[in-house]
Amino acid sequence: MTYQFTVSPDFSPAHIAGWHIFNTWLQKQLSEAIHFEMYDSFDAQRQAINEGKVDLIYANPYDAAMLVRDKGFTALAKPIDKPDEAMVVVNSDSKITTIEELQAGINVAYTDDPDVQMMGMIMLEPADLNTSNITMTPCDSYILVAKQLLQGTCDVGFFLEESFHDLSKMVKQQLRSLVTSQIYIIQHSLLLGPAFAERQDEISQILLSMTNDEKGKGVLESMGIKAWEHLEQEDVEFMIDLMSTLVE
Amino acid sequence: MQDMNPKDVKGEFRELTVQYFDGSKRTILVNDVEVLYPEGRLIVSRTDKDGVITHVNKSFIEMSGYSEQELVGVPHHILRHPDMPPAAFKGLWDTVHSGKRWQGYVKNLRKDGAYYWVYATVVANIRNGEVTGYTSVRRKPSRKKVQECAALYPTLF
Repeated sequence: MTYQFTVSPDFSPAHIAGWHIFNTWLQKQLSEAIHFEMYDSFDAQRQAINEGKVDLIYANPYDAAMLVRDKGFTALAKPIDKPDEAMVVVNSDSKITTIEELQAGINVAYTDDPDVQMMGMIMLEPADLNTSNITMTPCDSYILVAKQLLQGTCDVGFFLEESFHDLSKMVKQQLRSLVTSQIYIIQHSLLLGPAFAERQDEISQILLSMTNDEKGKGVLESMGIKAWEHLEQEDVEFMIDLMSTLVE
Repeated sequence: MQDMNPKDVKGEFRELTVQYFDGSKRTILVNDVEVLYPEGRLIVSRTDKDGVITHVNKSFIEMSGYSEQELVGVPHHILRHPDMPPAAFKGLWDTVHSGKRWQGYVKNLRKDGAYYWVYATVVANIRNGEVTGYTSVRRKPSRKKVQECAALYPTLF
């Protein structure tokens, strides 16, 4: 049997090769065939999950409830010091300096990254803004969100903090953050599907010991991760409860 | 739960004795200073089934003014402000006990007698079909909603 591994479609483009390397490394460690499949949208990935095609996933926290509570996935690991934080950003020439100055009718650029979209909307709430009184402009990437701000076609953009910092210096200089979330506990995690569950302890050990040798460290570095940290099932359940308080 | 200490409160304050739903009483000290909710934060706490705090995050500690040691193990109503009508909390518990999510605007009392408004959401933590506790997440409210609630709540006593 060949298992299938996938990564939340909001991964940083700079780390695509890193995830491929990780999959190759994991196959070697487990002496198991694992196919790495990337999806270009969350909808496509969710469809694959529903069809039972995913056995290991680096999951967006927004999808954790569905994976754990509906599909029987279990907690495996999370990256150390890598919380998902969102930023609300404007053009550096904008006269807006605080969230409360934003008015109904603004145009917001965003990607389909679900947890960033959720956190971004929460950060607009103090200005009484919601999807009923703003225009939402979907973009295929954070670079295109930046472009909408630079061209002046959107007033505000939602960014994953890490992706904002991945933008070129020249682009960042033309943008300004209004607010960055400091939530700390919403983050991506590695979850294991039921078909792969019998290898859980073994995979967990392999992940946690990656920092013990140079090759493992190199693989982690290529994914932009310092180290994996053990994730208890209750940790994921807690994050799911937390997300359920935030999702409208 | 200990009474509030005048040494912790800045400036002038009013002293009140409040009685909670479980019959317990506490002397609280209240002033009229508002601490504004910081941008981008979520205040997170968990309680057991009886409403006793089991977990607080850093933002909870900072905004409440209490230390983690002072918070964990005490009832969540340590934050109860006397301006909050009991009906609001009855609605909260009735809602979460029925398995639904509760949302509302809440004025909370700090250790130093000041207050802060939050937009709160509470859900039951369900494990293996059983309620094991509650998670509460508070976020920054709009000032318009705060003003509406500040006008409405005194009428609900």
